[in-house]
Amino acid sequence: MELSLLLIKGLIIFAVFGITLLIATYSTYAERKVAAFIQDRVGPNRAGPFGLAQPLADAVKLFFKEEFVPANANKFLFIAGPSLAMLTACMSSAVIPFGGTLIIGGEAIHLQAIEVNIGILYVFGIVALGVYGIMIGGWASNNKFSLLGAIRAASQNISYELAMGMSIIALLLVTGTLSMRDIAAQQGQELFGVSGLNWNIFYQPVGFLIFIICAFAETNRVPFDLPECETELVGGYHTEYSSMGMGLYLFAEYVNIFVASAVMATLYFGGYNFPFMNQLGLPHNLVTILGTVVLFAKIFFFIFFFMWVRWTLPRFRYDQLMNLGWKILIPLSIANVIITGGAILLKAELF
Amino acid sequence: MQSLSNRAKKLEKKPMNFSERMYLPAIFQGLSITMRHFFKKKATIKYPEETRPMSAVWRGLHVLKRDEKGRERCTACGLCAVACPAEAITMVAGERKRGEEHLYREEKYAISYEINMLRCIFCGLCEEACPKAAIFLQNDKVAPARYERDEFIYGKDRLVEPMPIQNQ
Repeated sequence: MELSLLLIKGLIIFAVFGITLLIATYSTYAERKVAAFIQDRVGPNRAGPFGLAQPLADAVKLFFKEEFVPANANKFLFIAGPSLAMLTACMSSAVIPFGGTLIIGGEAIHLQAIEVNIGILYVFGIVALGVYGIMIGGWASNNKFSLLGAIRAASQNISYELAMGMSIIALLLVTGTLSMRDIAAQQGQELFGVSGLNWNIFYQPVGFLIFIICAFAETNRVPFDLPECETELVGGYHTEYSSMGMGLYLFAEYVNIFVASAVMATLYFGGYNFPFMNQLGLPHNLVTILGTVVLFAKIFFFIFFFMWVRWTLPRFRYDQLMNLGWKILIPLSIANVIITGGAILLKAELF
Repeated sequence: MQSLSNRAKKLEKKPMNFSERMYLPAIFQGLSITMRHFFKKKATIKYPEETRPMSAVWRGLHVLKRDEKGRERCTACGLCAVACPAEAITMVAGERKRGEEHLYREEKYAISYEINMLRCIFCGLCEEACPKAAIFLQNDKVAPARYERDEFIYGKDRLVEPMPIQNQ
């Protein structure tokens, strides 16, 4: 019994890890295809059918390039930087519930790697650690552009984490729990007689707007990609990196996008719940599997949205970035918390 | 200042209203523009698999024609070389020997005939100058890219039209 449980847990962890890496790999391909389509081009189509082997070709290219360490760089930290970025990026998908429960042989198996009752805090802690990878790598390169990129990344992440945390507090007032599994399960309740449509987006639209803006900033994506702003800083924090060190940084960015998309889908867009999920009269396991498929569809939509925005909007100027973060998003998120709290009190008074 | 055409529109800089300061409507407008481009038909021609149709008067790679009996038409008169503005054509003339009547149409023929495709500007003046209708620019072939410069000097082996099958 105990052994089989461990085995199942190990299998789920392995699957989550593999899926995370696979999606990140094909995000690089999707990014290039989306960019090409938006710019009226066709994108990579030479390697394999529809260019599907392109990520493999890119990886092979990166592996065969010279692993170059600058003469005056701190060698240990120079290698530790990208490793840390990749490590933290891969850790945060552990607490995301990728589905409900599968009932096999009378045992309920949760499709989630680890259940912790502080799931959201765990994700925030790991995402906040991610900036260390950028910071250490940028500092260890002994290059002024790298250092400037690293400083930008650090100050940007600190500024936007505040607003992000505030928007989450408003969400927690609604849900009353920090556990990702409970939040996902709550959203499966009925709303206007439709089961599985009790999504938090309907209660926290402003919170979601703040959250998605901050998610863009946290993952260093356009329009907040100032740490690697190539027009000003050559390549930003990865200026000195070559070969797979560079590859790990780029890869970590895509893993972060996947995790941010998964968190947004779970917290605000109902996670694995879909409309009419309990009213169709389908068997329990089938509903769970469909729910997982629906969750991945939501995640893919958000990944696509990240790319869509990247090829639409220009980059912020640094003072505009700071103005948006400190003068607009933080007051807005505080107001959101107060209004949400007031609304909950009012609801308790009236009903 | 007086405008010359009186078509200039007078613009005044108004302070932005609330929806403009929120930037969100403008962002969604931009997103819808990029989404329209996402589904647009792409103009790209995937070259090795697809080719653009060539015009009937396209001037491409040269060919030295044979007559209806399979004899080379070129008599090495040199008019094409004289007409060539890029001086891409060189040739060496020779006299036809007894027993070679089935190979060369006239008593004089080109022992060697070379066109430097890097010099050639594909103007077609050689075609116009030729009194024997021997040289033509094909409308379905182009000089392909190569790695070495000397591979662009096309001799008779690559210029002369292959023998028609029934005469071999």
